Amino acid sequence: MPDLTSLTVPEARDLLVRREISAGELVRAVLDRIAGAEPLVQAFLTVTADEAVAGAAAADAALAAGGGDPQATPALTGIPVALKDLFCTRGVQTTSGSQILKGFVPPFDATVVARLRAAGAVLVGKTNMDEFAMGSSTENSGYQQTHNPWDLSRVPGGSSGGSAAAVAAGECLLSLGTDTGGSIRQPASLCGVTGLKPTYGRVSRYGMIAFASSLDQAGPFSAGVEGTAMALQAIAGHDPLDATSAPLPVPDYRAALAGGIKGLRVGVPREYFVAGTEPDVDRLVRAAIAQLAALGAEVGEVSLPSTDHGLATYYIIAPAEVSSNLSRYNGIKYGLAAPDEPDMIRAMEVTRERGFGDEAKRRIMLGTYALSSGYYDAYYLKAQKVRTLIRQDFDRAFERFDVLATPTSPTTAFKLGAKTQDPLAMYLSDVCTLPVNMAGLPGISVPCGFDAAGLPVGLQLIGKAFDESTLLRAAYTYEQATDVHTRRPPLPVGARASA
Amino acid sequence: MTGTSTGVRAAAPAAPAGVEYEPVIGLEVHAQLLTESKMFCGCSARYAGAAPNSLVCPVCLGMPGVLPVINERAVEFTVLTALALNCEIPAYSKFDRKNYNYPDLMKGYQISQFDLPLSQNGYLEIPDPAAAGETRRIGITRVHLEEDTANLKHERDVTGEAYSLMDVNRSGVPLMEIVGEPDLRSPEEAGAYLRELRAVLRYIAVSTAHMEEGAFRCDANVSLRPVGATALGAKVEVKNMNSFRAVERALAFEIARQAEVLRAGGRIPQETRGWVEERGVTVSQRSKEEAHDYRYFPEPDLPPLFLTAEWVDGVRALLPELPAPKRRRFAEQYGLSPADAFTLTATRDLATFYEATVKEGAGPRPAANWILRDVLRLVNAAGGELESGRLSPTNLASLIELVESGALTRASGTEVLEESFRTGADPAVLVKEKGLTQVSDAGALDAIVEGVLADPKSQKAVADFRAGKENAIMFLVGAVMKQTRGRANAGVVRDLLKRRLEAETSSDRN
Amino acid sequence: MALTPEQVEHVAALARLGISEAERQRFAEQLSGILDHFQALQALDTEQIPPTAQVLDLRNVMRTDAVCPSLSQGEVLANAPRAQDGFFRVQAVLEE
Ligand SMILES: [Mg+2]
Ligand SMILES: [Zn+2]
Repeated sequence: MPDLTSLTVPEARDLLVRREISAGELVRAVLDRIAGAEPLVQAFLTVTADEAVAGAAAADAALAAGGGDPQATPALTGIPVALKDLFCTRGVQTTSGSQILKGFVPPFDATVVARLRAAGAVLVGKTNMDEFAMGSSTENSGYQQTHNPWDLSRVPGGSSGGSAAAVAAGECLLSLGTDTGGSIRQPASLCGVTGLKPTYGRVSRYGMIAFASSLDQAGPFSAGVEGTAMALQAIAGHDPLDATSAPLPVPDYRAALAGGIKGLRVGVPREYFVAGTEPDVDRLVRAAIAQLAALGAEVGEVSLPSTDHGLATYYIIAPAEVSSNLSRYNGIKYGLAAPDEPDMIRAMEVTRERGFGDEAKRRIMLGTYALSSGYYDAYYLKAQKVRTLIRQDFDRAFERFDVLATPTSPTTAFKLGAKTQDPLAMYLSDVCTLPVNMAGLPGISVPCGFDAAGLPVGLQLIGKAFDESTLLRAAYTYEQATDVHTRRPPLPVGARASA
Repeated sequence: MTGTSTGVRAAAPAAPAGVEYEPVIGLEVHAQLLTESKMFCGCSARYAGAAPNSLVCPVCLGMPGVLPVINERAVEFTVLTALALNCEIPAYSKFDRKNYNYPDLMKGYQISQFDLPLSQNGYLEIPDPAAAGETRRIGITRVHLEEDTANLKHERDVTGEAYSLMDVNRSGVPLMEIVGEPDLRSPEEAGAYLRELRAVLRYIAVSTAHMEEGAFRCDANVSLRPVGATALGAKVEVKNMNSFRAVERALAFEIARQAEVLRAGGRIPQETRGWVEERGVTVSQRSKEEAHDYRYFPEPDLPPLFLTAEWVDGVRALLPELPAPKRRRFAEQYGLSPADAFTLTATRDLATFYEATVKEGAGPRPAANWILRDVLRLVNAAGGELESGRLSPTNLASLIELVESGALTRASGTEVLEESFRTGADPAVLVKEKGLTQVSDAGALDAIVEGVLADPKSQKAVADFRAGKENAIMFLVGAVMKQTRGRANAGVVRDLLKRRLEAETSSDRN
Repeated sequence: MALTPEQVEHVAALARLGISEAERQRFAEQLSGILDHFQALQALDTEQIPPTAQVLDLRNVMRTDAVCPSLSQGEVLANAPRAQDGFFRVQAVLEE
């Protein structure tokens, strides 16, 4: 019997269906692991142990009734999942990592949460994040510091750092994050797990607390591409509550994994191997690309000339949208308030001063400025136009290629506090990921090796809009040819539970 | 980005005393739409009388993570209104966020439309209050769609502390903004414009347009310029007017105030002023405009609208005949005075009722008279709605026929009408039941006439008549009518009385 | 592109964000640095380039006008910092 917390989602699924393990055992093992690892990793803001145990019991009943037939139960029945704390969960506090939402308990489930529940998943908790998903290290959380399970003195990446670290540490088998400029892929890379940002519009945003509405997209973390495909299957598809969700059919992603990549055209954008790329990252990503070629892909170089402008464009558009999206947090309907201020307007200002952290304030200011009278054309409108140029780059590249391969992040996990005083340096962490959001394309980060310090490195693959199938097949084919994804961080926690 | 200027525009040039000024007025009307559900969520939009915060969901409460979805009916109603106001409907339109953080605005921004509204460049023809029967064409800049805010009730507790109670039921109710060109030249024209606009909205049934209930709100931009000048003076925006009468009063006050300032050599700054109903004055609301930089940007949560010509034509097909053309047609087709045509077309229901009555055989003139004189009196007494009574056009037409044919006196007709209005009964049946048929038969009336002449109470009138006061006969006619409970044919009675009195007079002489 | 502390204060007021004197100075510095970085965009010729507000080619996404159940009054007010008699209670706006 393997260590239950090291199982991949498809492995656990097989064992559960065959009744070789129970959902109760699996959830118990995960909760034990959380109890052991949390003092070190601090990935969770809320652990929903009671709900998890009850959910596992229901899952076991369903699995027993299914009598070993995989068709009889939904694909994630009994799988322990964690959610970034910006997915609204009915009856469970949801903070988006901000003090301003402390104590907020939604009366509804986000669409992806409802879909995960319908797929049988068992919620074990809500994970830490950069406040309102703004950051690349999870150091902007209003609550706690999450540590990278591979080196506790380092950041897990961000903003979905809690969800990435929780999977890496075996505190859940699957988690959801959100990705606005790299917030799934970059922490996946830094924590050595697989993280997928689907095409904008593939997954409903309803009930997912907005950061930058035209860029945000939810996606899964797991220890392997097959689990990622299973999770996407559960959450993807049109939602009438989200007018920007695409009314397109959802393919069978797990079935799409097979077939190999012979003849797959893989483009390597030269602008993505930027000056600040660490030599080990450069070397390992190029090796992974060579591996793709060895597996039959036709690899060629391509240029995305507007890449240089991605950062500036992103840091105008995203703050502009966030300055508007965060207006609702003003101490009137929910969350933090300043009841002692006699004047309402002043009370709003004080609430927001106390409730928002530094980075949130910085971006609210930046976005407010970029939209304000006299500056709109120079900043916001200009950025929207450059966004078009960035999209056109990708359109041209995808005329010649099926998938693009790049580093996910120019660096491996950096030390806690290393970039907190320099916002621009922190922003550069996302230089390879954020153009993908600007074009609304799907992107995935898969582990492709470890640097000299033993820190994980991620390979980013970028796909055509709504072609997650090809993206997942490329990632899966690569993953199956290596053993990188099977490595787990050597956390100094008591022996992992076995059944 | 235009329209987000924060600065104060140059003040109007001062003019020497003695210069005549002309007011330039533009109105902005917000009308709530009569949809079932709200603009962006499924909560009921009919909040009147509902318990506070009982028609609220995560979307209209602006909870974290929620998203709007456009109510198609609201778009349809806005386009219908725009077509009624002769607007162009651009093929491409979108929603934008208007950012301002205020307690009654749940998301800290209002979803509205900025540079690409659903419609633009229309006009409304209004009756010219200065020239009966004439019309004036008032430009409509645009009609766009947005959402309403929550309601703040201002309170004071026992310690004197001021606070507000907020009801979110109104938040997210579809709101249509109708921006008029500065084509109005007097408070009376402004009133005529608002009444005409209200009539149109009610005709096409997109809004109750009740101003007192907040379903129809009006802000005014007013400036003065020397007569003959074309440049506009500094605009003063006047708010807080809660009735048509308040709009007219506020405009009259504001025009007088500005004229006084200008004549004294002063300047009018661009500002927002609030109408204070109790005091009958406008007062500056300086704080309101300082922070106005709405930072509009395209709403990322809502894909744009591309309204096809077919779709727009489908909406156009729903347009009924509007008040102004109906008014003209009534005057021509039925030979009515402009005033009567105006009143009969005041509501679509009344106009329909009138035409149905004529169609049922009543003469256009008598039908108009009966409706204007009697039916409207009964309607008003019963609460103002035609449906508050049970009178059918068929019954009114048959009543009119009974009176016109001489079978019923006008007095009896009024009595029958009241009953038919109350009960819905057929007038012919009522006349029979009550024995109200007019008596014109001289034989039947003669005995009554004789009795009246013999009555001691009649002797003064008889004497007067004989003394040459012809009018004295009316007293005697009245006495006969009284005895017949109004059923007697007054002409026949008069003839009978005359014949007898004159016969007796001549026999006396002999 | 230098942002003055006064501009920072104006922007903060627009955003209804209270900031301390220290933040005013710090944000002026940090935001100026970031805006400097953005200057590179101004060199790009985007005269003929249409703006991208949304990446998807969706249009006319609408719902039919039908009423769905609302939350209960209790659920609506459950997270309210202050409630009274079925309403949200908020301070008065004193500056008007
Ligand atoms: Mg408006
Ligand atoms: Zn609602």
